[in-house]
Amino acid sequence: MAVEVRLPTLLRAHADGAASVPADGATVGEVFTALVAKHPGLQGQLIDDSGSLHRFVNVYCNDDDIRYLDQLDTKVADGDVISILPAVAGG
Amino acid sequence: MARFDSILDLVGDTPLVALHPLSPSPEVRIWAKLEGQNPGGSVKDRIAVEMIDAAERVGQLMPGATILEPSSGNTGIGLAMVARLRGYRLRVVMPDNVSIERRQLLEIFGADVVLSPGAEGSNGAIRLAEKLATEDPSQVMLFQYGNPANVDAHYRTTGPEILRDCPEVDVFVGGLGTSGTLMGVGKYLKEHKPDVRVVAVEPPSGELVQGLRSLEDGFVPPIFDPAVLDRKLIVRPRESIEWTRRLLDDCGIFAGISAGAIVAGAAKTAETMERGTIVTIIPDGGWKYLSSGAWTDDLDVVEERATRINFW
Repeated sequence: MAVEVRLPTLLRAHADGAASVPADGATVGEVFTALVAKHPGLQGQLIDDSGSLHRFVNVYCNDDDIRYLDQLDTKVADGDVISILPAVAGG
Repeated sequence: MARFDSILDLVGDTPLVALHPLSPSPEVRIWAKLEGQNPGGSVKDRIAVEMIDAAERVGQLMPGATILEPSSGNTGIGLAMVARLRGYRLRVVMPDNVSIERRQLLEIFGADVVLSPGAEGSNGAIRLAEKLATEDPSQVMLFQYGNPANVDAHYRTTGPEILRDCPEVDVFVGGLGTSGTLMGVGKYLKEHKPDVRVVAVEPPSGELVQGLRSLEDGFVPPIFDPAVLDRKLIVRPRESIEWTRRLLDDCGIFAGISAGAIVAGAAKTAETMERGTIVTIIPDGGWKYLSSGAWTDDLDVVEERATRINFW
């Protein structure tokens, strides 16, 4: 599956400054593996040492936070947009 | 009888109003709780009263004390109103890129505004407030992000009001800032009606916060319990503005921009339902966002402005 991955400002330096990069995979986890293979600077930024999503990263498959879908096993379809955002406060 | 000893007696007990014109199906009803009806103009009046009451009960706040709080606006305004009446001084640490009206309101209520770098968003305001609190420990930081009274306010008032006024509620859709509303209302509703689903709408603040140095600068409020939520959606700035306009055009409701985001999330949730009832929250009115041009300027212009000025 070919998807678009949107990167937050602070991760763009690891992807040649791109705000959005194409990547392949059947799940969000596979997409991230492909992304890190292409942009090694992202290693450790998305997934922590235990293999879970980084605590201060929110990942959306289209509109939905994947923590409330199937986490990194969330399936993706062609044309899906995966958005990575830092966890920030409001209020 | 509508006669009260204090303006603070008017906090809470806000009305629910139908947003049926915004529902994709006549079988799915959407009701919104108009929190802009609170005297300080937002849902945050509830937690301002609750946090100050709780601090007074345990002797944390003594007469004449100075309260210090990081807030992008509404919590600060609610605290300023209560502090004014109870004789406390208030310092609010606020990102320097929030809408000008919030700063004006804080100053009108007599609060001292300390600005933090806008590019660091609320995370930067929290860091600066923590630093100021360490420098002068006589200041009392109520810290809405970690204060159980934030959740209690909604567990004790907002949640019961919703169930009282709309016992048929199936889904609650709320906005995620400190997470206090979602945690308090969500826990109350699930305890009293276990089938209720709780949906969080995340405003796109993470896209606007450009100044984080690393992901380690991220922040998850200590009061946030992910288990209370069933689903979490993100709504983009443009959509938020579009739905803020729809609230006005289709329902006659002049609401803040975060309400646009939350109602967009409620409408998306409605699309996934065959029938049922959604209750959602309109956190504040549109007054503090007039300078955004959200209702009057070209949508592209407002969208671009929303990348520089924090309307959430």
